[in-house]
Parts: sequence; structure tokens; C-alpha cells
Amino acid sequence: MDIECANNEAIYEYWLGSIPNIKAKKLLTMVEYFGSPEDLYKASLKAMEQMIRECNSKELNFTDRDLEAIMIGRDMDLISKNLEYLNTHDIKYITMLNRTYPDKLRYIYNPPFLLYYKGKPLPDNKKIISIVGARECSIYGRETAKYIAAALAKEDIIILSGLARGIDTYAHIGALSEEGTTYGIMGCGIDICYPVENIDLYMDMQVKGGIISEYGPGCKPLAYHFPMRNRIISALSDGILVIEAKEKSGSLITVDMGLEQGKEIYAVPGRVTDKLSEGCHNLIKMGAKLVTTPMDILEDLLEYNPSKEIKQLELVDILPQDELAIYELICLSPKHIEELVVLTGFDIGKLMENLLSLELKDLIIQPMKNYYIRRNK
Amino acid sequence: MFSKAYSAVIHGIDGLIVSVEADVSDGLPLFDMVGLLNSEVKEARERVRIALKNSGYRLPAKRITVNLSPADIRKEGTAFDLPVAIAILTAFGYIHDENLHNTLIIGELSLNGNINKVNGVLPLVYAAKQEGFLRCIVPKDNADEGAVVKGIKTYGVSTIKEAVDLLCDFEAHKPTTVDLDMLFENKTGNELVDFSDVNGQAAVKRAIEIAVSGMHNILMIGPPGSGKTMLATRIPTIMPELSFDESMEISKIYSIAGLLDSRALITRRPFRSPHHSITSTALVGGGAIPKPGEISLAHHGVLFLDELPEFNKNTIELLRQPLEEKAVTISRLNATFRYPAGFMLVASMNPCSCGYYPDRNKCNCSLPMVKRYLGKISKPLLDRFDICIEAMQINYKELENRKIEESSADMRSRIYRARQIQVERYKGQDIWFNCQLTSRKIKKYCSLGAKEQSLLEQAFIKMNLTARAYHRILKVARTIADLDSSERITSKHISEAICYRSIDAKYWGQM
Repeated sequence: MDIECANNEAIYEYWLGSIPNIKAKKLLTMVEYFGSPEDLYKASLKAMEQMIRECNSKELNFTDRDLEAIMIGRDMDLISKNLEYLNTHDIKYITMLNRTYPDKLRYIYNPPFLLYYKGKPLPDNKKIISIVGARECSIYGRETAKYIAAALAKEDIIILSGLARGIDTYAHIGALSEEGTTYGIMGCGIDICYPVENIDLYMDMQVKGGIISEYGPGCKPLAYHFPMRNRIISALSDGILVIEAKEKSGSLITVDMGLEQGKEIYAVPGRVTDKLSEGCHNLIKMGAKLVTTPMDILEDLLEYNPSKEIKQLELVDILPQDELAIYELICLSPKHIEELVVLTGFDIGKLMENLLSLELKDLIIQPMKNYYIRRNK
Repeated sequence: MFSKAYSAVIHGIDGLIVSVEADVSDGLPLFDMVGLLNSEVKEARERVRIALKNSGYRLPAKRITVNLSPADIRKEGTAFDLPVAIAILTAFGYIHDENLHNTLIIGELSLNGNINKVNGVLPLVYAAKQEGFLRCIVPKDNADEGAVVKGIKTYGVSTIKEAVDLLCDFEAHKPTTVDLDMLFENKTGNELVDFSDVNGQAAVKRAIEIAVSGMHNILMIGPPGSGKTMLATRIPTIMPELSFDESMEISKIYSIAGLLDSRALITRRPFRSPHHSITSTALVGGGAIPKPGEISLAHHGVLFLDELPEFNKNTIELLRQPLEEKAVTISRLNATFRYPAGFMLVASMNPCSCGYYPDRNKCNCSLPMVKRYLGKISKPLLDRFDICIEAMQINYKELENRKIEESSADMRSRIYRARQIQVERYKGQDIWFNCQLTSRKIKKYCSLGAKEQSLLEQAFIKMNLTARAYHRILKVARTIADLDSSERITSKHISEAICYRSIDAKYWGQM
């Protein structure tokens, strides 16, 4: 009996969360007025009108449209059909009425009343860093995102991002490469993988972390969803790291919301001339913390000093002289083999032999054909 | 009265002997031609009649029938005008019948009795020689072309009168001759372009040198203005010289296509660079009356496709089979033709539609856009490039010439040595270049030492190479070793070959 009761409650909570376009504040007021979601569901039209009159005097401004939405939503067949769908597709949800709803999110302006998720529920005892940045990122941004995400994930910090192209994708990949936990907040329906090429990532993330969205199954990735999802990213995190953002970038919306919510902002610098780093540089000017190593973030988040100091490998001891000379010339921005010919003065055959050897030692990689960069270790 | 002359028709790239029979008999005055004729051959009737009249021959009012046999092969082209006229004149007794034996006659008539040049003389004369003919009569403009074939006398004529005189008395006329040595010597004239014009790009130049040495197909990728086209157009200056047999093969194709102009032979390796608006038929050959396409015109030479992704996708995919078989087979309802197409493919492309990827300060293309751009070229086609190299944007400092660049002559001498080594090695095996090695031959000629084997194995696992890539690397390594005049393939050669390996779609904007 008890279980059925709890089940019933869950059904009505779900119904409440699935009513479109009503803010959480209004929903919570109504539940408070009637006592429980079930009572709200069963309330007569007259009782509803009475409630609205009382609430509107408290400046909540219920409209006729709100009322209409609530009345139309009272369709048990549809609700059970939707719940059935969630069940078969392994989609879970959590509402603000639940105690496990993250507190970080509960107290922001306009929190989502209901959150869908796939995978594991978001743990509330772990530190969370969100990594955001440009979709069209450079190779430098890509490698930095992977490197920092991996280093943070190794220290059991949750990496949060938006599963979009570019930096978001590489942050998730970096975290997964160290078997870390990573969550993606989507700007579309929970069952839609957008962009489609991230389908592997979408599946892999659900094993150790999860996918979260406030949008129900089938919801399209519309442009205005993304700034909305950014408020969730910023709210859930303890700090926001920006890697590569243009002067007017969507990532900066996340940062603005994070600042309103009192989060720490971190930014990775680029070259002065890089347009893709202008946004980051502006953030640093305004007081964001400049990040050059993962330690810069770790020292704020961890009480203890990570004992394993990230040690610089003593390359001088292990590399032959020629390879060392070449390695020293290669950095994180891609260098073409032609430049290396000029800089080293080696003939091409010799240069290629040494480059291959470095590549096989995992010290450098070719992000594109005949371009070389250092591999962050 | 019956007479029989001999002519020939182009079939594929070979000539086929056709006998032209003429019969004059009593009856209603009539001039008829039979034997599966195309419309331009049927029109010969009018040309022949008027040309004969204007040359001063009077045709009595008789029933004239001309038959071209074998009658089951479609006759096309205008080369039958002259043999038809000669056959008729012989039937009327102007020429001795036995003088037509063992004589091939080709030529187009104009109304005043002059003889115009025709296409495809070289393969026709060649076919006549194979069939045991002793002499051939061709238009004066084509005489050099025909005279290249040894073992058969070629006479050039410019009017019907001349042709009749010649047929009445061969002794009084001299056959045309060409000095082959002269032809081949003359060609090393002043080159307009040279590799020393290109500053920097040492890596690409090196890749081109290797590609030419082993006839490997090469793909150059790079931003606009990095000199890809400039480098490609200089490839002919380092190509090794043509041998006589190769020259004959190419000249036959050019003769059929009507591109021989007034040259006797093609003495330079062809370099064809069709525009990217080219149609499928123009590229591989074909048409209602099949003609060789660009790939056959590039036989024994270079086919350069600039801006590869801009070509119609279906058109470039047609290259796949000819690249493997070194020939293209074109099937039509009436016949199947096989044109040789043993070319070296050189292609260039930008890394994305704006051309500047991965320079993110200039390139705004999203990754899917970049992938889509590369996706215009299918993986199987990409697989056929043995060598793939990225060209880098040239900066001002490199344009400000720091040093004297290597000239084409230097490169050519190294390539010549490498080619000699290959010719020696593959003597009598129907293989001339390393690119033609089959997997069994690779095992024999590209054996590795233990050290090199382990290096290749490491790279194979690390870079996730395919079996096809593995063989390509070995073939290219063989060529690099040949350039080094080294019997063994060392780890240096292997390393360099691995650096030139073809791009993997996966490595392109890799995760």
C-alpha cells in the first residue's frame, strides 16, 4: 500500500513537472496551497480559481494560460504513456519536491522544477568543475581541454560540460580517458544526442557519469534552450573553466550566470593575437584566475596538497641529442615539417626518422598530416 | 570492271584493315556505297564525285557500286574518301589493278581534288605494317606521322592527281622519311619553368621527387597560395625521357584524338591538367563514337587534378578502376574498347572550403564542415594515393630568397638514377616502377631487417594502419632507398615513407 502510495506521488510529481511554461516558483506555491501534487491534480476548477485569486494578490500573476495548461495536462492516459516511455528508455527524473534535488540548483533564480537524467544521479559530495569554450576550437584548445579535464578527473573531480562540439566534447573525452566521472547538460531532449557525431561519447558518459537535461524526450535543440542550459551548468559547478572563447561567445553567458551565482571563474590564456582567446583574456583582465596548469584549479578545490606533484620529466636524460633538439622546437601550436626543416637544418629523411621516433615514444603527435605538436603528459 | 583498294579504320586505339571494293557495270547511272557506313562516310559519295570531276577525270554514265568490307564493322571518319576515289579510278582503268595490292590508302578529299589531313594516321599505318603491307599513301600533312613507323614506306600526297601518278609508278617517287634521333634530341629545349623558381617547400619537393621516381600517385594538401599548383606544373621538368616504344604508344593515342598537330611523334611525357568542370566521358573516354579521354592522353605521363574536391564526385570516382588496371575499358553496344591509362595521378586540394584549417585565426569552418569537405573524396580513392603531403603557407621570409634552390636538372639526375635501378631490378618482369609491385613482389623486393621490421610493427600498431597502408609504405620505402642507391631498406627510409602515408579520415580533425 505504502509503495503504491509513493508511486502515486511520483506520478503526480511528474505530471506537475511536465506542465509546459510554468515557472518552478508558481508550481511550488500551488503545491503548498493544496498540500500535495495529488490534491492539486484533483482540485476542482472552482478551487483552482479561488487559489489563483489568493495568489495573485501576493503578486504571483497567474494567467489564464497557466490555468489552461494545468487543466489540459490532467490526462492520466497521456501521463502513464509518457512514464512508460521514460521507463523503457532508462530515463530517470528528479523534481524540486525531492530531497535529493541538488541544493546548488534549488536556490538559483528560476531553477528547473524537473530534471531528466540518464546514467547515475549527480553525487552531491564531490567537487564539480565545468569546462566550457568555443565550438570551433583550435588544436591548442583541444589539447588543453583534454589535458586539464584528465588531470582534474584523476583527482576525483567531476567534469561538467554541455556535450556540444569543440571544447565541451574534448573536456568529456579528457575526463573519460582517466576513467573519471563526467556529466553533460544538454540543451535538447534527454533522449536526443546532439550533435549526432558524439553518440559514442553520449553512451560512454552514462556508464560512470550521466546526461542531464530539463527538456523532456523528443524536445528539439532550439537556439534559446542553450543559454537556459548554461544556467544549470554554472549553478551545479564549484568553478567554471573557460578554454578558448571569442570576444562574444556563448561560453561567456555561462560565466555571467556563474558570477551571479558567486562561482569562481578560471580562464586559460592564449596568444595575444589569437581571436579565439580574446574572451579568456578579457575575463583574466576582469579578475578571473589565470590557469596554466591543473594545479591552479586543484589548489582551490582540494583541502590537501596533491602529494603527487606533477613532475616535469627529465627529457635530457632519456632522449638522444637530435630528438631532444627537435622536441624543444615543438610546442602546443602545430608546427609544419617544413618549419622544422628550416629551424633544425636537418635533411628531411633524418628529420622524419627522429619525428617518428618521438611519435612512437608518445612525446609528440600529429594532429593533422605533417603538423606536429607536443603531447601533454 | 571490279577493283579493290585497301584502307583502314580506327578501332579502339588500333587500326583495322578495310578493303574498299568498287564495281562499274552497265545499267542506270548510279553511284551507291554500302557496308555499314556512318553518315560522314556516306557523304563521301558527293565529295568523291565532285573531286574527281574537278581533277579532270570524266566518269562515264555507269552504275558504280562501292562496298567497304568487313561489312559488319561500323565505318566512320573521312579517311575513306581517297581510297574510294582510287578504287573507282582503278575500276575505270586509270590505274593498274595490281598496283593497289599491298598499298594502304588514307585521305580526305576536298571538292577541288586536294587531300586534307585526317586523324589516327599513326595507328593505321602501324596496323598496315603488322598486316604485311609494303607501302601506304597518306595526306601530305600526315606524312611525318606515318613515316615514323619502320618497315613500311610512307608517301605523302596532296592532290588526287599526285596519288594517281604515284600509284602508276612508285619508283619515280621517294617515300617520306623522318630522322627519329633528331626528333628525340630536339625536345630538350629551353624550359620555361624550373623547380628552382619555387622558394622553400623542401618537404613537398622531396615528396614529388620520390613520387616521380617510383611513379607513385601523390596528393598535396595545403592552404591557397602555398604553391601546390606551381609545384605540380613543374613536374614535367623532372620526368625522365620517353623511350621510343613509350612514345609510339602515346603518339597513337594522340593521333586518334587529333592532338598530334603537325608533329611526327609525341616526344615529351604528357602533362594533362583538366579543369574541374570536366565531364565523366571527357575524363575517362567514351562518347557515341568512343574517343580516348584525359586519362588516356596522360598515359606514361602525369594527370594533374587541381582542387580535387571541386570535381564532380561521380567523375573522380571513375578513376578508381583505371588507377588499378592502368587501362580503361569502355563498353558500347557495338564494341568494347580498351584504352591504355598508365598515368601518375597528381592531385591538390585545400584542407577545408576556406582553405586555412587548422589556422583558427583565419578559418571559421566548423569540424563537420571540414569533414564534409574531405568527405567529397571517398576513402577508396584516397587509398590509391601512395604519397600524401601537406604544403605549408609560405611566409614573407621564404619569399625573400635566402638560398639558391635546387634546379630541376639536379632533381632529374637523381630520379634518373633511381629509375635505372628499378629498370635493372625488374628486367623482363613487365614491371617498370616500384608503384607496380604486387603484394607477392613486395615480399621479394622489399624485405626488411629485424630492426626495420620492429619499427614498422610499432608504427603499424601505434598509428592503426591498414594492410593496404602497410604495402604502400613498403613500396614508397623501396623508392626512397633507390633514390639513396641503397640495396637495403633502412629504418630511415621506412620512417620517411611512414611520414608520407595517406591521410586517414580519422586523423582529420581527430577526436
